[in-house]
Amino acid sequence: MILTKEQQAILDGEQGETLAKVMKTLVMYGEAFEAEKLVPITSKYNHLVTSFGLKVMSPVYDLMQQLLDAGVVSGQKFSVDPRPLDRNVPANLLQNFVSNNFMYTKQDFYEKQLEKLGLMDKDAFTCTCYMDEVGNKPKSGDVLSWAESSAVVYANSVLGARCNRNSGIIDIMGSIVGYVPYFGLLTDEGRKATWVVKVQTTRKPEAQLLGSAIGMKVMEDVPFVVGLDKWIGSELNDAACAYLKDFGAATASNGAVGLYHIANLTPEAVTLGERLIAEGAREYIIDDDELERVKNNYPVIWKNPAAAPRLCFVGCPHLSLEQLKEWTVNIETELVKNGKKKVTVSTVLTAAPAVLAAFEKTEYAARLKKTGVITSYICPLMYMNNPLCKKMPVITSSNKLRTYTSARYYTDAEILKAITGGKR
Amino acid sequence: MKQFKGRVVTPGEVTAEAVVTKEGFNTLASFQMALQFGDKEVKCGDQSNTELYGKPLLGKALCLPQTIGSTTGGLVLYCACSMNKNPACMLFANHIDSLAAAGAILADVWIDGVTMPVVDSLGDEFLNYVKDGMTITVKADGIVEVE
Repeated sequence: MILTKEQQAILDGEQGETLAKVMKTLVMYGEAFEAEKLVPITSKYNHLVTSFGLKVMSPVYDLMQQLLDAGVVSGQKFSVDPRPLDRNVPANLLQNFVSNNFMYTKQDFYEKQLEKLGLMDKDAFTCTCYMDEVGNKPKSGDVLSWAESSAVVYANSVLGARCNRNSGIIDIMGSIVGYVPYFGLLTDEGRKATWVVKVQTTRKPEAQLLGSAIGMKVMEDVPFVVGLDKWIGSELNDAACAYLKDFGAATASNGAVGLYHIANLTPEAVTLGERLIAEGAREYIIDDDELERVKNNYPVIWKNPAAAPRLCFVGCPHLSLEQLKEWTVNIETELVKNGKKKVTVSTVLTAAPAVLAAFEKTEYAARLKKTGVITSYICPLMYMNNPLCKKMPVITSSNKLRTYTSARYYTDAEILKAITGGKR
Repeated sequence: MKQFKGRVVTPGEVTAEAVVTKEGFNTLASFQMALQFGDKEVKCGDQSNTELYGKPLLGKALCLPQTIGSTTGGLVLYCACSMNKNPACMLFANHIDSLAAAGAILADVWIDGVTMPVVDSLGDEFLNYVKDGMTITVKADGIVEVE
């Protein structure tokens, strides 16, 4: 890798041993991908994936402390993934005891570290930092040092920013030195599609299911998706962006997709069209049967597969304001249909603190509360990390949550029925 | 015995028993429960990986195409190395992915005394040949012997 004089000086230790190690990490990281240079980060803010003070992750906090002790902090302010704890979310005494006394014992300590390292504000905890209400929305073409798989794939695909699927810790190291290695999704070549995915379903595919199918098929490659605009339109409005948020999160967690193109919809696909498709790209056809096959292959690890659900999470990744409103209306409608006044399964809708604050200002907040649904800023994945949750029959419409926990996946329509007393 | 030549990502020499997956290895899903609750064998906790679920990973030669999933993957691997709960080596059929590379490099640069050789680009033939329980020897120059 060819470094500038300034970068070489940092690597040579002229600004201290710790900063030299940060630079060495980034140089080795780049060299693993044959990067020839480091390029400047151009986004206003960074986004970090590590939001949780898990006792077992002590090596991470030790490393952060090394950075702080050496005065090596982020040159950019940053947002970070959601908090792992929220008293609003139902949990029994034992669950709370385990969470508070064995698992997240480093939470306060780590949040103080984050503040010193450059946290945007005390409530900048969400996986959907790009929501307008949160304010960490990069511009098209911006070079990022983000982590959080769902945020990276959204920033690349929907916003047209340029970011690799960086790991936690690498994310902050980029913004400490102000540079990231130039490879992969930062390059024009790396953004070309090596798969053409043809959507040939007879109805609008469930975002989280379609994303899962594509992620499992293409792994870390870039798919060019044809035929989806028929169902979600050719305009990046609130509904399309919310769909793509959920779709992308599933491609990134069930596979390792960092960028997708949707024909006639996402910015590069609109500008460059089929010129984005690399020579020799493979083809994957998705029809109703294929989606059904993918769904039926999800393992059910509940002890009693026929158990009645005790908790439902919707919002992994966090919901948008419009999604919160839509869920409110849909739950109300379904409750009326089923002759119920409140949800029959404890249900938590999760969103960014700033989105929840905006929601509270709308008439929908009181209406949702009336249905018995709880809102929270929590990370459902971190909640489910508690081993006692493994015994709980939890349902979700998130394919990401399904992937990492014992939560069982259902489509949005199935979830609606399940939580409002309808037949599943 | 068969030899394969790959590219050294992080250096080292080791001999260990193979555990093999042809599916993407989800680092977070595989390690999270074992690390959190002190599983001595570090059994794979990824329910979606039918080849590895429930199998011990500690001290094994982990043979895989690439890692997938959450971008916490790299720091989870870093923590595993820091706690001496890591595989003996990681052997990738494909070019290494960004998360696994990050984890291996963070461990190499920031942890004293940890060696987890990582070799990539070993090819599909490697993954088709190697089976659970085979003995793997990794050489410093990226040569991988399977017997």
